[in-house]
Amino acid sequence: MNTAYVVRRLLQIIPLFLAVMVLIFTLVHLIPGDPVSTLLGDRATDEIVDRANRELGLDKPLIVQFGLFVVQLLHGNLGESINLKVPVLRLIGERLPVTLFLTVYAAFIGILLAVPLAVLAAVKRNTWVDALIRGFFQFGLSLPVFYLGLQLLTLLGARLGLFPIGGYGDTIPEHFSHLFLPALTLGLNLAAVLLRTLRSSVIEVLTAEYVEFARAKGLRTRVVMTRHVLRNALISTVTLLGLNIGALIGGAVITETVFAIPGVGRLMVDAIFSRDYPVVQGLTLVFAVLVALVFLVTDLLHARLDPRAEVA
Amino acid sequence: MTATLPVQTVTAPAARRRTIKPTLVIGLLLLLLLVLAALFPRLFTPFSPTDFDYTAILKGPTAKHPFGTDNFGRDVLSRVIHGTRIDLQIAVLTTAFPFVFGTLLGAVTAFRGRWADAVVGRIADLVVVFPFLVLVIAIVAVLGPGLTNMYIAVSAVGWVSYWRLTRGEVLAQKRAEYAQAAQVLGYSPARVLLRHILPNAVTPAIVYLMTDMSLGILLGASLGYLGLGAQPPAPEWGVMVADGKNFMVTAWWISTFPGLALTLAGVTFSLIGDGLADALRPRA
Repeated sequence: MNTAYVVRRLLQIIPLFLAVMVLIFTLVHLIPGDPVSTLLGDRATDEIVDRANRELGLDKPLIVQFGLFVVQLLHGNLGESINLKVPVLRLIGERLPVTLFLTVYAAFIGILLAVPLAVLAAVKRNTWVDALIRGFFQFGLSLPVFYLGLQLLTLLGARLGLFPIGGYGDTIPEHFSHLFLPALTLGLNLAAVLLRTLRSSVIEVLTAEYVEFARAKGLRTRVVMTRHVLRNALISTVTLLGLNIGALIGGAVITETVFAIPGVGRLMVDAIFSRDYPVVQGLTLVFAVLVALVFLVTDLLHARLDPRAEVA
Repeated sequence: MTATLPVQTVTAPAARRRTIKPTLVIGLLLLLLLVLAALFPRLFTPFSPTDFDYTAILKGPTAKHPFGTDNFGRDVLSRVIHGTRIDLQIAVLTTAFPFVFGTLLGAVTAFRGRWADAVVGRIADLVVVFPFLVLVIAIVAVLGPGLTNMYIAVSAVGWVSYWRLTRGEVLAQKRAEYAQAAQVLGYSPARVLLRHILPNAVTPAIVYLMTDMSLGILLGASLGYLGLGAQPPAPEWGVMVADGKNFMVTAWWISTFPGLALTLAGVTFSLIGDGLADALRPRA
């Protein structure tokens, strides 16, 4: 991997982040309804509303507000939540680990399901095993995350009592058991997305000349599978996971709402309903930065694993 | 919400041997059923989807109410069938603008646009860095909850996939011999693009349109569930799942049937998408 490529790829991030900030700032300031009046209620006089607006800096021209916003951002300050009176960064800092835990857990379950099944479907392609695996995941792809979550919650949580109903727990073992159902929900959905593409990429490898050659020179099937087929399948999985990080975050927003998990997804939905500008703004920014970084890491990893990718 | 784009290259108008798979037929039959339910819901439903019946609250499935009744005594079967119209409308209206706009923009920027291509490319980079659902709910939050605002939000974001697909395809087709020939014959650029290249380059976008319709329904239902899409008492399937979520243990039928309807609609569009992909893919 040459340094010029890495530097070029890193430099591309800067204008992107600037554009992200402009977009987020504009978006949030188009919100109808005045957050201050909403917050203070009907009994607030105009004078009180004006004073609150002044304190929050909401009376200044938009361009000045944007300048202040960027300067504050560069200081690592995302503003203060209007409703909770807590710095947004601290709020996100407290909740982000929960969401990261959930997404990594879900990605793990998703990969654990998708990779072996994709290899199986590819090896047994065009048989009933393949048809069954693909049919099952086709169905899974059409199952809305919130609905699957609700059904799993009711069946395995409420009726059978196998898992805790929602929440996050206090210790790490508790996190694993509390987040199992939500992670399974997200993981099944992710597996359905991964499976289709993985299956065709495994078939491509299985029919490639170098695999035929490996077989022809007498390598055992197990060696061919682990050294060539699985290795390549994992490269595709990394790329696919990177591409789907946005979908995974979107899924986390819904799953956290269904399972009442105190992560950033639920924070976002709550903030939207209570018109908490700074929180929505901060979260959208954090999500965009997160996705951009994952794209970057995926690109760099991909370039490292497959030198041909640098040209693109 | 997901990002699997069925990318495939289509070689110019060579004779194609088309295969119609049974999945496509099944998908189309299911679609016919959904369209009938959407157009003539009253043919299939004995009850009004919104009338309360306080004498039949939270009743389980019976011959009179095959899907049971909800906490207001509304007939769940009637609501699910009437919901078909809303959810199919969501499928069409979340994809129509992105498809038309994205495809045309992709064709034009690939065919002619040096700087335009670069500008649109940067905008697309900006859009994809936001998780799709997050950006859509942020826009819906700005505009206010409701179906119309949801369509606006999805349109603002959803064109990027079509732009990418068509742009790549037109870039490839532009160099094909038939396209070169049309240009040499002196046809206007608009004619070469719209009459010659685009018909050969639009297949991936059409196949993706089917996948996107099922994604659109899922998205619309998800927003309905969160309270940001269709508003109660509209019998939208996502809203209905949310209506019944507090009764899951005591009255499972309220949420379960609309959720199954959602899944069925999703399966329908992805069957058609897969079938179309197979049917339109050229065979050597």
